[in-house]
This record gives sequence, C-alpha cells and structure tokens, in this order.
Amino acid sequence: MRELKITPIHHGTVIDHIGSGLALEVLRIIGVGTLDKESTVSVAIHVRSGKLGWKDIVKVENIELSPRTVNAIALIAPTATISIIHDYKVREKRTVDLPPRIVGVLRCPNPNCISNQPEPIESEFDVVERRPVLLRCAFCERPLGEFLRHLA
Amino acid sequence: MSLRGRDIVTIRDLSREEIEGVLADAKKMIPYAEGSKVARPLEEKIVAMAFFEPSTRTRLSFEAAVHRLGGSCLTIADAGATSLRKGESLYDTIRMLSSYADAIVIRHPNEGAAALASRASDRPVINAGDGAGQHPTQTLLDLATMHEAFGTLTGLKVVLLGDLKYGRTVHSLAEALAGFGSEIVLTSPPALRLPDEFRDELRHRGAKIVEEPDVRRAIRDADVLYVTRIQKERFPEESEYRAVAGSYRVDAALLAASKPRLIVMHPLPRAGEIAPEVDGTPHAAYFRQAFLAVPVRMALLRQILVGPKPGGRAS
Ligand SMILES: Nc1ncnc2c1ncn2[C@@H]1O[C@H](COP(=O)(O)OP(=O)(O)OP(=O)(O)O)[C@@H](O)[C@H]1O
Ligand SMILES: [Mg+2]
Ligand SMILES: [Zn+2]
Repeated sequence: MRELKITPIHHGTVIDHIGSGLALEVLRIIGVGTLDKESTVSVAIHVRSGKLGWKDIVKVENIELSPRTVNAIALIAPTATISIIHDYKVREKRTVDLPPRIVGVLRCPNPNCISNQPEPIESEFDVVERRPVLLRCAFCERPLGEFLRHLA
Repeated sequence: MSLRGRDIVTIRDLSREEIEGVLADAKKMIPYAEGSKVARPLEEKIVAMAFFEPSTRTRLSFEAAVHRLGGSCLTIADAGATSLRKGESLYDTIRMLSSYADAIVIRHPNEGAAALASRASDRPVINAGDGAGQHPTQTLLDLATMHEAFGTLTGLKVVLLGDLKYGRTVHSLAEALAGFGSEIVLTSPPALRLPDEFRDELRHRGAKIVEEPDVRRAIRDADVLYVTRIQKERFPEESEYRAVAGSYRVDAALLAASKPRLIVMHPLPRAGEIAPEVDGTPHAAYFRQAFLAVPVRMALLRQILVGPKPGGRAS
C-alpha cells in the first residue's frame, strides 16, 4: 500500500481523492451509523495528493455503495474515485459522475413544497449547473445551492 | 408540436410557438366563449376540477370553458369535502381522479403539487395555481390580453407594479415576456422587490429588465401597466402598508402622463390598487383580461383534449 496511514482492507470500498475537509460529509452520506458492527471505517483527513494538493480518503469494510449513494457523493466530491476491494486487491475503480437528476438524499428547503408533505414520493432535484453545483427542486423549483445542509 | 395529452405545469412547458398557437386559437374561441356561436368538441369529455383551496374565479372560468365546449366537469370545490381530510395523499386522490376524467385541472396550496399530480395521473394535468408557485393559464390570459391590444408580444414595454416578491402571477409572466423579447420594468417597494436570483436568471436568459421604483417615471413610455395586489400581511406596521399602498395607487392623474394607448391590467380581485375612475377610461383592460380567461382556457383544453384540427394546424 502506498498510503500506509490506513490499514489495508480485505473486502470493501475506498473513496479516494475527496476534496480536503469533506470526508465527514461523505461519511454522513454513506450513513456510517447504519453499517454492520463488524465493519471498520477508516478516515484520512488532509493527506498529500499529487493531483489535488490535499485530499481526504474514506475506506469502509464490507460494503458496496448503491448508485444513489454514489450520486450523492458526486454532489460534494466530484473529484472522488471509488475503488471496490476484493481480497486486498482493487477489483474495480471508477470516478463519480453527477447525474442530471438527484433522487432522494436531499430535502427541499421550502417547507411549503409538496415534497415535504406526507406523500408517497421521493425528493427530486435537477442539476442546473455543475460548477459550482446548483440544484433545483423538480417539484417547487426552489434553487438549492448549499445542499450540504439539506441532506435528508 | 401538438399539445394533445400534454401536462401544463409551468409556462415553460409551452414553447413560444405553442403559446402563439394557443393565443391564435383563443381569439377564434371568443364568439364561442360569449355564446354567440356553439361548438361541442369536448362533447364526450370529462374534466376534473381538483380545487384543494378556494379560488372561485379560476374554477368558474375553467368550468365555463368546459361547458362552452360541450364537455362536463367533476368538481372538488374545497379540500374539506374530500377524502384528503381522512389522510389520503394528494398522489392517491389524483390517481383515483385520473381514472374518472379525461384531464385534471388542479389548484393546491403547496408548491409543486401540480408537478406531483402530473406524475400521479396518466391523464393530462393543468396547473391552476400551486401555492406561491406557477399559474401558467393566468400567464396565457395575460399574454392574450396584451396580444389583443397590440397585435404582438414583441417589443412591448411592460411595467410590473406592486408585490413582485410574493406575487405568483408576475414571475411566470416575466419569464414569458422575456421569451418574446419585451422589455420589463420592475416597480415595487424595496421590501417587495423581485428576488435577486430570479431577476438574474431572467437577465441570464437575455431578458431586458430595468428597475424603476418611481411609478410615474416607470410608465412614461410604457405599453402595459400590470398591477398586482399589495397585501397588508406583508408589512410589520399598518402605517407602512398604507404609505406604500398609497404611493402605488393607479388613478386618472397618474395615467394622464402615460401614452394614450397604455393598458392597465390586474389579475383581480383588486383591493384599492386601481381607482374606480380608471374603469371608464380606454386604459382599463382588467375586465377584458378577466373575460379572456374563458376563451384562453377553452383553447388550451381543446388543444390538450382533442389536439389540432384535422389537416394539422392547431387553428
Ligand atoms: N487492500 C486495500 N485496502 C485499503 N485500501 C486500498 C487497498 N487496495 C487499494 N487501496 C486504495 O484504493 C485506492 C485505489 O487503489 P490504486 O492501487 O488504484 O491506487 P493508486 O494507484 O494510487 O490510484 P489513484 O490514481 O486512484 O490514486 C487507493 O486509495 C489505495 O490506497
Ligand atoms: Mg493514489
Ligand atoms: Zn421543493
């Protein structure tokens, strides 16, 4: 392992190249509290990186991320790479990609929005700008800039 | 593109050409709306009026439009009378309604309700106002009123006066006018200015927008003065409200300085924003605007439920 600060994992997922300081937000999205008790989660904050200057890394044992979670990570960490580890080896590695629409994950900041009522639907946001990311509620059209505060 | 089967949730669901098509059709509907000609293209059709908040005039004009075209209505006139009170979701109510009717017109107090309804329904949904959100048929009839008066929607100078912050009609109207290349003048008290994000977005799309808080100066060479209601609840002090309401009152003295062809519009009901003395002048277009609600909604309903006439063009 080149990054010796963290113990290698047998099976699991590595989220690397997270913008410096954003690892805890990534953990919030993954929902570390809901993981099984045997899983070790390692976090490295402010690590030297050739590409980014500084970066954060998150490694979680025994999980694979759902497409929805990957989309949400793309929101806050567009530079992240996700590696699936099997038997200590990288089996698959991909970059995250912000889809045109984010389903679930976020909550509309408009209290009067129908998506905040007890309806059998999930929140939906359209990505209207990518840099910086600007989202808009697909129901009430309210723009959402600081989406970190609106994680559901 | 034909409007047949389409949802109209925001004014952006219609292209410029489609808006022009509806306005042209609305013009031909006028004698039918007045009852001097009769046609029944909606003979076999049922339109559900799902009004979850009171809005008598919007509902009545939609119902009149359906009846004038020979169709029939199913009406939920207030949420208290429906199963919604028993905790049924809007989603389920609309799903149920969509199996009884050929189209659904919805008014609801929550923003985004029409978008939700359009997902729940496999029949076309027309938004008749959702909370502080969109009200696209109001915009269409506003545009129809201007088009009737000037024969065009391009190159007009339109003053939007009053509550530009909360006034739901002005946002989609401004958006549509920008698309037609008309100039927009924003005239409001500081507390009720058009939200910055919204103004920037309009500019971003190439809209010509200026802000002129002084009504007198704003209307100098304007073609349209669009007045909205300033609500007392928006002000912390009654005295503040009265000062603002007073300075934005439209009366004969104010209009003396305008172009002779300037038209005054208002989504109604008015509450003192326009002096009754204006009613008898050629400037007063608000009652005409209210009447045009019927032929415009007729045109839209016909295009959505029946589609273009045989031969192609929707006219
Ligand atoms: N068994 C393992 N346990 C924990 N982390 C691992 C394991 N194997 C690889 N990694 C981590 O997974 C990520 C991708 O591994 P890889 O060997 O492709 O790294 P790399 O060559 O540095 O690639 P990159 O260009 O993505 O930085 C790195 O962050 C690496 O530290
Ligand atoms: Mg590396
Ligand atoms: Zn919303």
